[in-house]
Amino acid sequence: MSAATDTPVGSSVVPSTWDRVRSWSPGQRYLPVIATVVVFLSLFSAGGIRYEGFADPQVFLSLFLDNAFLIVLAVGMTFVILTGGIDLSVGSVVALSTVIAARTLEAGWAAPAAIAAVLLVGTVIGLLHGVLIQYLGIQPFIATLAGMFLARGLCFLLAERSIPIDDETFSTIAFATITLPGGYYTTWTAVVALATVVVAAYVLARRRFGRTVYAVGGSEASALLMGLRVARTKVAVYAVSGFCAALGGLLFSLYMLSGNSLHAVGMELDAIAAVVIGGTLLTGGRGLVVGSLVGVLVLGTIQTFISFDGTLSSWWTKITIGVLLLAFVMVQRLATRRQP
Amino acid sequence: MSQARTEPLPETARRPGDAAPVVELRGLSIAFGGVPALHDVALRLYPGEVHALMGENGAGKSTLIKALTGVYAPDAGTVVVDGQERSFASPADSQAAGISTVYQEVNLCANLTVAENMLLGREPRFLGGIGVRAMRRRARQTLERLGLDVDPASVLGQHPIAVQQLVAIARAVDVDARVLILDEPTSSLDADEVARLFEVVRTLRDQGTAIVFVSHFLDQVFEIADRLTVLRNGRLVGERLVSETSQLELVRLMLGRELETLDRLDRQEAPPVDRDRTPVVKVLGLGRKGALEATDLEVHEGEVVGLAGLLGSGRTELARLLFGADAADTGEVEVHGRRARVRTPRQAIDRRLAFASEDRRAEGVIGDLTVADNMLLALQASRGWLRPIPPAQRTTLVARYLEALDVRPADPHALMRNLSGGNQQKVLLARWLLTEPELLLLDEPTRGIDVGAKAQIQQLVAELAGRGMAVVFISAELEEVLRLSDRVVVMRERRKIAEREGGDLTVGEVLETIAAEATHTHLTETTDGEAPR
Repeated sequence: MSAATDTPVGSSVVPSTWDRVRSWSPGQRYLPVIATVVVFLSLFSAGGIRYEGFADPQVFLSLFLDNAFLIVLAVGMTFVILTGGIDLSVGSVVALSTVIAARTLEAGWAAPAAIAAVLLVGTVIGLLHGVLIQYLGIQPFIATLAGMFLARGLCFLLAERSIPIDDETFSTIAFATITLPGGYYTTWTAVVALATVVVAAYVLARRRFGRTVYAVGGSEASALLMGLRVARTKVAVYAVSGFCAALGGLLFSLYMLSGNSLHAVGMELDAIAAVVIGGTLLTGGRGLVVGSLVGVLVLGTIQTFISFDGTLSSWWTKITIGVLLLAFVMVQRLATRRQP
Repeated sequence: MSQARTEPLPETARRPGDAAPVVELRGLSIAFGGVPALHDVALRLYPGEVHALMGENGAGKSTLIKALTGVYAPDAGTVVVDGQERSFASPADSQAAGISTVYQEVNLCANLTVAENMLLGREPRFLGGIGVRAMRRRARQTLERLGLDVDPASVLGQHPIAVQQLVAIARAVDVDARVLILDEPTSSLDADEVARLFEVVRTLRDQGTAIVFVSHFLDQVFEIADRLTVLRNGRLVGERLVSETSQLELVRLMLGRELETLDRLDRQEAPPVDRDRTPVVKVLGLGRKGALEATDLEVHEGEVVGLAGLLGSGRTELARLLFGADAADTGEVEVHGRRARVRTPRQAIDRRLAFASEDRRAEGVIGDLTVADNMLLALQASRGWLRPIPPAQRTTLVARYLEALDVRPADPHALMRNLSGGNQQKVLLARWLLTEPELLLLDEPTRGIDVGAKAQIQQLVAELAGRGMAVVFISAELEEVLRLSDRVVVMRERRKIAEREGGDLTVGEVLETIAAEATHTHLTETTDGEAPR
């Protein structure tokens, strides 16, 4: 704890911009994210060295478009985990979203109406979780576990088999590409995912709601004494997570172009893994949404690795994620133990 | 209920030639379920003074603070702010009237920045969001006003507790607090940090804030406070100028005891303690940062060593360190002359030490188990779970101790939570006696139990010592400590200040020792108790 004992000196004069640039060193709160970025870069370069064509910028861009839905899920999950909670329902909500989208479109709804319905259902489910957790004092794990089963069950009520999505708007968006300089391309789903990250990062860093999320995760009792709106915030983070799950579900519908009750089984765990690998503390209060983004990229890289190799079993994805997760949680544990 | 107090307080307690009080409580009474917690209490706070609120535990200090901060509504009496009668329906009302509180534990978020901790909830806005630069500027201004050099952009958790405490004060005064209540602000600070806190308190006082200072540390009160109000058993004992009050006088006011020698227990049957033999337990330089400065202690066979001192003097801390309930930073423990490693209660039990905690509800009694189960817990634990005590032996052991300690009801199958406090305490004693300890550490074994049971427990302790057990006896009641102890260790401010033969020691002598110590040593003592991490 070397930084703890001496407080910064001579701060009566506001330092100039140049002073600040020159003396900048990454704050402690960025260290986990930097660690994740390092892991990502090493994985990616390892792939580049090992396999021909891996280091191509398009491979990097594909990480975003193949994992757009997971990025959005991880963003919502970050809000929840920052307050010290958990949301196990997001995978089921993704599946439910694909089914609702497919069903409503099949029934002849216009695409915007279908999208609105999906987002509404997701947000309401999240809101219900929040109310159960905040006002009935149910453990987040249990409340969202119930939500997970209910949402999954609801899928089968709506559709027992896979329903293809052949709506024109959906297909157009799904197949449209944005050409970037150099002949590379990306899709609108990736743009939506990145926009979600940017909005979430702004809200968490610069809005009172966002700072309250951190305050609740740091110490709920203190946040109450500071006069912050703790109850409202705790309900809101689950609504945010539900909304993000629905948005992720829409992106997943575009990716798969079908609604299926069996979609996204276990995806909530991928989202949690991404958030944790991204450096967010499971006990809440510490973490950045950018970290969760990099966490998803790490998971995506591992999968790319395996598809490039061709001989590795896809279970290696799970093994690598497991090892990484364990390593990150252990490092976090050691890092937080030294805190006063 | 009673009339508001109208007669003026003694002239000596007034601040000479000063303006009207900023906040005044008159004739305040509060009762909880018919039990009075405060009765006809008055408190006057003048701008620019540090006012110490003194009293032993249960004297009503925290109830008074909660009445002042709007947590409790008084049953009778008035709160006057600036000459206007007010009633606070909630803490928010009280804060709006300019009364801020900083609690003992830092109530901030360690993961947020200093500026956020000071201003979150009333932060400057920028484009609909938080104006980070404006917020930091404002935080810096407030910190500078308090003479603090802390970077508002730094994360709170990376600062030591003392600085966090100061940030909590900065948050409290940012709302232009006219009354600042500091509830035990120094309990987790070391000497340097206390000095730093006091600088800030003085700065605020000179700027005209009225500060209420609650602390168990008499030295600190005499160092920082201008006036003091003493409560005892929910009643006002007096309001004094600190400069005209001696420490001894203050201790007497707080305890309300006549200084006289009390009857000793009849201990003729006890053989004299042989101090030439190897002590049962000997500790050298046992200490822990923030809890106890390095302390030596010897306890011999058949001896009762009493630990005397005010609350927070380090009595309990010493016992916990000895038992390994808290890990010591420094020091050695010898059991029967051999060095022993006592870092966990388990190791202590293996060395035949036993500790009955002062918090019997949280750390002793298991309410939903039977008396027999509670009694056999420690013995079973020391045998290991693979070797259960045979049922026949269980029955005889439990029956024997139920009778020996006169536990009522003498029913081994009664649920522990249905027993009275005194009987629970007896069962806990039996729990440790069953393990046949060589050293028994008793922390407040008679607190909150009725007089009859108290006498029985005292008698039992005397008998145990008579049979050769070494006992460390801790109690807030000095009479009790003196009555039982062969030797009394006097503690103050987390260290041992004196060790006296028990024989003819009087309560007055112990109190004088506690009070006198302050004037001699306290200025020379710095942070030497601080151990390397």
